[in-house]
Amino acid sequence: MTLYSRVIGAFRPQKRLNRSFAVSFMLFGLLLGFGAFMVLPLIYTVNNAFKPLDELFIFPPRFLVRNPTLENFTDLMVIMGNSWVPFTRYIANTLLITLVGTAGHILLASAAAYPLAKFKFPGSSVLFKIVVLSLMFSPHVTAIPNYLVMSQLGWINTQAAIIVPSLAFSLGLFLMKQFMEQIPDALIEAAKIDGANEYRVFWQIVMPNVKPAWLTLMILQFPALWGTDGGSFIYSENLKTLHYALSQVIQGGIARAGVGAAVALLLMTVPILLFIISQSSVIQTMATSGMKE
Amino acid sequence: MVQIHNTTEPALQGLAGGPLKESRLAQLWKDIKKSKHYYFMMSPYMIIFFLFTVIPVVVSFGLSFFYFNMLETPRFIGWENYSRLLLGDDVFMIALKNTFLFAVITGPLSYIACFLFAWLINELSPFVRSLMTLVFYAPSISGNVFFIWLIVFSGDSYGYLNGFLMKIGVLLEPIQWLQNEKYILAIVIIVQLWLSLGTSFLAFIAGLQTVDQTLFEAGAMDGIRNRWQELWFITLPSMRPQLMFGAVMQITASFAVAEVSIALAGFPSVNYAGHTVVTHLMDYGTLRFEMGYASAIATILFAIMLGTNMMTQKLLRKVGE
Repeated sequence: MTLYSRVIGAFRPQKRLNRSFAVSFMLFGLLLGFGAFMVLPLIYTVNNAFKPLDELFIFPPRFLVRNPTLENFTDLMVIMGNSWVPFTRYIANTLLITLVGTAGHILLASAAAYPLAKFKFPGSSVLFKIVVLSLMFSPHVTAIPNYLVMSQLGWINTQAAIIVPSLAFSLGLFLMKQFMEQIPDALIEAAKIDGANEYRVFWQIVMPNVKPAWLTLMILQFPALWGTDGGSFIYSENLKTLHYALSQVIQGGIARAGVGAAVALLLMTVPILLFIISQSSVIQTMATSGMKE
Repeated sequence: MVQIHNTTEPALQGLAGGPLKESRLAQLWKDIKKSKHYYFMMSPYMIIFFLFTVIPVVVSFGLSFFYFNMLETPRFIGWENYSRLLLGDDVFMIALKNTFLFAVITGPLSYIACFLFAWLINELSPFVRSLMTLVFYAPSISGNVFFIWLIVFSGDSYGYLNGFLMKIGVLLEPIQWLQNEKYILAIVIIVQLWLSLGTSFLAFIAGLQTVDQTLFEAGAMDGIRNRWQELWFITLPSMRPQLMFGAVMQITASFAVAEVSIALAGFPSVNYAGHTVVTHLMDYGTLRFEMGYASAIATILFAIMLGTNMMTQKLLRKVGE
């Protein structure tokens, strides 16, 4: 299928009954209007990152870039190269938190979800109910006791304070469990009859079959950690993250506006690319994410 | 659910006789021992989950009856934190009012927007569908990039909105959007809405794709006349699970507005115009170190979130009836 026919296909009347053209036209106008509202700030960020200084401070402000330049990115390297903590350090910190936090979450949430999805044992339904209940309040509620626990553990000012709690976000377990329930029981029983123990069944049968669910957990967890600034747990400059470095650049003032735009572009590109790559799998998992009544 | 292990066990236990209570306990212990692998697999997640989610909620509730400043040992003061909070704290009342305003506006609006856009996108061809999904979902994962709205609402003439309004002649002088309490709430709501098409939006798109298409044909036979009836009687009831899930996500997010308000309007914002329960919590928890008082705020927030979720779920069960 060519690109042309793919796009045009969108506006062909559906093979569905009860459709009036006027209402369709209005509804899709609405969709396009709000789509523009959603996407324009992002397009603006992209354009800003490539604007030379004179275009950034033009009046009235211009939306699109006229003479794109890589100046902002090279400036970023220079500024960060001169700072006390090298820029690569911020990137390394962010990558550590994001990769360990995401991979660990997928592994731990899957291991916990498998028994809950497939077996009944004392406490299983109570545990799952607690997890579902915890979906209903935001992490802000637990911020203060969390800080106390962290300081008791001596984890203040270490990356563990960010990584470890993120391993057990309740949304991941919830989605994983709903998805695993769809694996046929016969598959698991067959593996057991062939002599596989629980751990082997989990690792060699269940995990390969829930690949779309991993990707979903990844797409939910990755941006959250990628955008963390260390919060109230990390104080050392050389443990701070990319997002923190960015906010420092922005506070640096007007002369660095272009550099700020460059970092913003770096920050938003990675999660968006990740989503583009995994989109279809993510939606497949979400289809099963209903809450049990 | 399968019960691979203990399908026949209870019956056998019953035949074996003995005092009923004891045998139940023995049975329970047997089940637990039999499931030890399951407990083992769950333990890393559950230990962390309890340590950083469940226990903190309990501790927070307990702490709300104490005076605690992180230095001295906590001192029990009963309901004092709550009475001070609800009767003597004017700023908390502003925060509560703002939070409910945010929740009442962004909650339902973002929920409806999630569904409406998912529903419209679902009728597009696959390629355009994935493109539009990306367009609507991208802001919520580029998360912390919402400070670009600072440039839009910047108070000088380089601000995008000011520049635009001055160019077309609506304004003569730039407006300090984020320093004027008349505008702060509205601006935070707009940006919050921009960010709000997240997990529930994806769940709705996916839910719509799983609706049984033959239902629509059957519905047309049964006299469904337009797309609105189709929506109410067929589409919505078919995706009730996703609707429930989405409601939980959107409600929780709309009561927890804080980051956007702090990033745009500052902390504290002018005349507390962007102050919410969560920023109030941060104020007492991380700046004033009145942990007992902050815990009382957290407990009230917890109760509000839980209550609203329960109520909404009850309402959603009526969909399509």
